[in-house]
Amino acid sequence: MLPLELQELTFTAGGAQIIRGISARIEAGPRSVILGPNGAGKSVLMRLCHGLLTPSSGRIVWHGAHGGKSVDMRRHQAMVFQRPVMLRRSALANVMYGLKLAGKSRSQAELRAMDVLEVVGLAQHAQRPARVLSGGEQQRLALARAWALGPDVLFLDEPTANLDPASTQDIEHIINAIHASGTKIIMTTHNLGQARRLGDEILFISNGRLMEHTPIDRFFKAPTSAEAASFIKGEIPWQ
Amino acid sequence: MNSLGEAFTAAWRLIAGFDAELAQVVGLSLQVSLTAVVIATLIGLPVGAMIAVERFRGRQALIVLLNALMGLPPVVVGLLVYLLLSRAGPLGSLGILFTPTAMVIAQAILITPIIAALSRQTLEDAWREYDEQLRSLGARRITAGMTLIWDTRFSLLTIVLAGFGRAVAEVGAVMIVGGNIDGVTRVMTTAIALETSKGDLPLALGLGIVLLTLVIVLNALAAVIREMALRRYG
Repeated sequence: MLPLELQELTFTAGGAQIIRGISARIEAGPRSVILGPNGAGKSVLMRLCHGLLTPSSGRIVWHGAHGGKSVDMRRHQAMVFQRPVMLRRSALANVMYGLKLAGKSRSQAELRAMDVLEVVGLAQHAQRPARVLSGGEQQRLALARAWALGPDVLFLDEPTANLDPASTQDIEHIINAIHASGTKIIMTTHNLGQARRLGDEILFISNGRLMEHTPIDRFFKAPTSAEAASFIKGEIPWQ
Repeated sequence: MNSLGEAFTAAWRLIAGFDAELAQVVGLSLQVSLTAVVIATLIGLPVGAMIAVERFRGRQALIVLLNALMGLPPVVVGLLVYLLLSRAGPLGSLGILFTPTAMVIAQAILITPIIAALSRQTLEDAWREYDEQLRSLGARRITAGMTLIWDTRFSLLTIVLAGFGRAVAEVGAVMIVGGNIDGVTRVMTTAIALETSKGDLPLALGLGIVLLTLVIVLNALAAVIREMALRRYG
């Protein structure tokens, strides 16, 4: 379904303009990192792409093989939220929930769910209630739940914002495994270290505008916008 | 003071001995209020769920109205149902005034707003939390609604128990539409009112003790269920 094309996208909520005319073309392949300070509009942009929000103006066009109605498009994408909502049921049932909605039979869903739980290292917790798992485990479960659907595109909204370094490392390993399996990764972060570790290309957002869309090396070596330059400089002492 | 002590002793004797009259009254109370709470849940829960997830004109006004109706005075409900069911009323031909059916109707009207308003609040809070996640996973509206109800089932059960507690302890509505007919429409609350005014304190007290115990047990049950659910499902 890629490339994904954003045409003059704007989004206004409660009189505040959050996205101010973003145009971009996101190709299949490279891991795209949407980088920017808090409040820049990263999460909103991602929700627009995923179809959870409707743009105030502009268009979101999915090109490629599955091109068609937006209802269809949802089946080929998945999203992991900064604070994933765990249903009040077992870890296994949480993963099976999305699979059953996608039309899988109970036994198919269970098989697939156990597979992905194994990959994210939660197989031994399959029967435990999802809500009693630790924050890191819940985030891994959220990744498993999204990955199980076999999406073409996986959106990740600050997937490690609330996690300790060890859990963050687990999550980043899993994200790379998902990337290696052929799923397009589009994620937001405000963490430069993470952008460097996980990104192939950077979309730098500041104040609702797309300031740069460049390969990772060029972004860090030679940012073209003053905003990006100061963001990189400002953040480096804490790396 | 002495007569009060005697009344207590006599009340205990009635309860311990499964007095037939007392058992009959308690049984009818439970039957009427349980039926009413089932009907109120079947109506109130979907209404609450609908208001929780749908956006429509007049929604806010409806919520205010529902919340206000939670405080419906039972005697007023009794009066309205009486007018509806009385011989000259629009539903008089049914001939169900002064029957347990009329009492069920009155209590159901009384507690449907309670169940609708409280479940609306519970489900709306959950919806705010679940909305994006469920849509992202591909859930359509009806599926999402069912998931919400299932995930909040323990809170909802507490709400239903609260509704039952209100119904079973209510006296004004059943008195008016039931008529407190001995052996036919006499329930715990109306019997207490009558026996007290007659001066038959042991039966009134016995019923009072049963009623109080029932209400306490219900609330304890609700607390235990919540606690268990919280521990098991987080």
